Amino acid sequence: MTATASPVRQATVGEMIGMLIAAACVLPLIIIAALTESSGYAFHAVLGVLASAAAIVLIANRCFDGTAPVEPQEIDGKPNYNMEPVKFATVAAMVWGIAGFAVGLLIASQLAFPALNFDLPWINFGRMRPLHTSAVIFAFGGNVLIGTSFYVVQRTCRARLAGILSPWFVVLGYNFFIVIAGTGYLLGITQGKEYAEPEWYADLWLTIVWVVYLLVFLGTVIKRKEPHIYVANWFYLGFILTIAVLHVGNNVAVPVSVLSPRSYGLWSGVQDAMFQWWYGHNAVGFFLTAGFLAIMYYFVPKRAERPIYSYRLSIIHFWALIFIYIWAGPHHLHYTALPDWAQTLGMTFSIMLWMPSWGGMINGIMTLSGAWDRLRTDPVLRMMVVSLAFYGMSTFEGPLMSIKAVNGLSHYTDWTIGHVHAGALGWVAYISFGAIYCLVPWLWNRKGLYSLRLVSWHFWISTLGIVFYICAMWVSGILQGLMWRAYTSLGFLEYSFIETVAAMHPFYVIRALGGALFLIGALIMAFNLWMTVRSESAAEMPRVDEAPAPLAMAV
Amino acid sequence: MDPHHEAPHVDPHTGIATTGHEWDGIRELNTPLPRWWLGMFYACIVWAFGYWIVYPAWPLLTDTTKGVIGYASRADISADMAQLKAQRAVQAAGMTEATPAQIKADPTLFQIAMAQGKAAFGDNCAGCHGVGGAGAKGYPNLNDDDWLWGGSLDAIQQTITHGIRVAGNDETRVSQMPAFGRDGLLKRDEIVAVANHVRELAGLSTEPKVDLALGRKIFADNCAACHGEAGKGNQEMGAPNLTDAITLYGMDMASLTETITNSRGGVMPAWGGRLDATTIKALTVYVHSLGGGR
Repeated sequence: MTATASPVRQATVGEMIGMLIAAACVLPLIIIAALTESSGYAFHAVLGVLASAAAIVLIANRCFDGTAPVEPQEIDGKPNYNMEPVKFATVAAMVWGIAGFAVGLLIASQLAFPALNFDLPWINFGRMRPLHTSAVIFAFGGNVLIGTSFYVVQRTCRARLAGILSPWFVVLGYNFFIVIAGTGYLLGITQGKEYAEPEWYADLWLTIVWVVYLLVFLGTVIKRKEPHIYVANWFYLGFILTIAVLHVGNNVAVPVSVLSPRSYGLWSGVQDAMFQWWYGHNAVGFFLTAGFLAIMYYFVPKRAERPIYSYRLSIIHFWALIFIYIWAGPHHLHYTALPDWAQTLGMTFSIMLWMPSWGGMINGIMTLSGAWDRLRTDPVLRMMVVSLAFYGMSTFEGPLMSIKAVNGLSHYTDWTIGHVHAGALGWVAYISFGAIYCLVPWLWNRKGLYSLRLVSWHFWISTLGIVFYICAMWVSGILQGLMWRAYTSLGFLEYSFIETVAAMHPFYVIRALGGALFLIGALIMAFNLWMTVRSESAAEMPRVDEAPAPLAMAV
Repeated sequence: MDPHHEAPHVDPHTGIATTGHEWDGIRELNTPLPRWWLGMFYACIVWAFGYWIVYPAWPLLTDTTKGVIGYASRADISADMAQLKAQRAVQAAGMTEATPAQIKADPTLFQIAMAQGKAAFGDNCAGCHGVGGAGAKGYPNLNDDDWLWGGSLDAIQQTITHGIRVAGNDETRVSQMPAFGRDGLLKRDEIVAVANHVRELAGLSTEPKVDLALGRKIFADNCAACHGEAGKGNQEMGAPNLTDAITLYGMDMASLTETITNSRGGVMPAWGGRLDATTIKALTVYVHSLGGGR
């Protein structure tokens, strides 16, 4: 058939098992698709069949195109890093990020101009809102975390990623979960728990993916060539482990039947609320804080070419953070049916969390001492430092809002939305952008980014957007809270609810404008990265940090 | 020497020694904890311990710690509510006994009724009638003096209390215009004719070539019993006045044809079971004072 020697080889045991598991899924999924009464669930079963088929093809293709069954751990005494899954996650993060920001802009506009719901169920606010939150937190943030963790753990352990197929299973399986979750919301499949909307079958799938993620990460740490585990890896490990516990704890549910996408949670009433916000707040704490602190601990010193400010602070604030954060959830349930003692604990632990949170900010920002001048010349570093400032601001605002007297005003208002976005846009997205700006030239072996000027434009446009967003929500939230509680001298409510809604309109318009600026910034970034990858000025310059950098250059 | 196990050495920028660890080029300084940071951390912890002593905090085997001041959020809200109720009771003393007419006549009670009525209207009525009571298509404007079921205080109180077309409520406002087209009572061309006549009554333009004489005859035979010979309406039957510029469902040909063909029949809840009598009286006075009270 072919003139060249056939590269076809026998499948390894792992590849056989992978293909067999994928094949075994096909028939049950077809049966479910055929028998279920839910068209959305049937659609998901069909997606499952396609994913299984794709898995078989991808694995089989390895045997046909001559991919080595096992890549060498080292080449010429240097670790043979496995960066392909990192590349995939990086691209996925940008794609999902832009989609998630765009949906955010849509729902912000819907709040300002309800006619934009168009009376269509698939794009009304109720379905688009979880699509936005999941897209930005789990699709964008999740891919950033998986991608950077696979990158950082390899380089700081000087070891190739553990597993052969499993890193790909983690990356592709996680993105398959995102597709199931997102299309489910649009089709009306949700269990109605905030930030945990996917139904039981998506939850089960994510559990499997997550356990494999933990094993790949741990396996790499275990075979490290470094005597110590770098602090970024502690944070990644804390994030992965805790998210596993939270995800399982909050999603314990009994499906109506295998043929139904619906399920009933095991918890009910106030216990359910407590579980939900134990989960919800620690999704903030361990997904959006611990995970992204891990990113900070690698990319900030790397970019600044400076040592981490304080090893001791990193130890103390790590353990303080993970010990205290897990208690803070009840502050989401102040003045509810939750017993007073639990509210007290939620509030006091939130206050005690203030300094452990700031430890990360101090360690990040102070790492720049000796390299402050770089902020003038390097917009990527500027973005990461500003992200730490936003992190510090929102981790001060959080404990403040957890105080019951403050919470009585702020709860259920737009202040909460502003607070979340100070953290989400200012901290999580900015540190992610900084990391991706570093990663893309490294991963694709380019000398540097296509344009630092475009990074600067991205920085200023999106910073303006964030400021618009947060300030609008502060004013709107406090105004809302004050209007809700305003009484006339005769003891009647001063404003009806609808009047408070009408009063929000100008702020909702400003907020949407801020979102639009943030989205424009992200589009500039995507263009910049695309041009970086496309540019031919490749590889002739190896990374300068292959060898340990000299401790400190004279400035 | 293995570069990954180097001796700690001093960073020239800060004068602080590193820990001697190195990962992928990253080192760590052995800077002590910032004192202000540690001080504030301790202060927060001390504050938390103090709070735990004062307020209910820790679960025990069968109970929880109660705190030394005996705080309970439920007791707090009960006290707040009791205080508000007490304040309102003083005000309501007059309101409970008085009729809407007496409230309207008494400046003090009128002021209270307007404040209470505005609050109750905003939360219960504004969803359909609009914040200012201006209404919308299918939801009457309460600012004008054109009433379907009467604009006197008594009539308004009756409508609010028992609603409109509320199933199972004996005193609710009920009327039902026939669905002349759907039920085959009138033919298509007859509906067009009578619709044009209704526009004629309201002083609006009519379509050319339409048989207005037929329209007049159909109106006299089918509509006049409720709407009156001249179309002036009848509040006893909730039959709208067709001759003025005010309309609930629209006076364009398409809306009129739809109304005559399929009839209408808006529903308003009976608020008697949902709001207390004083609130309904306040609402009555408030709605009466919006502009069109009779």
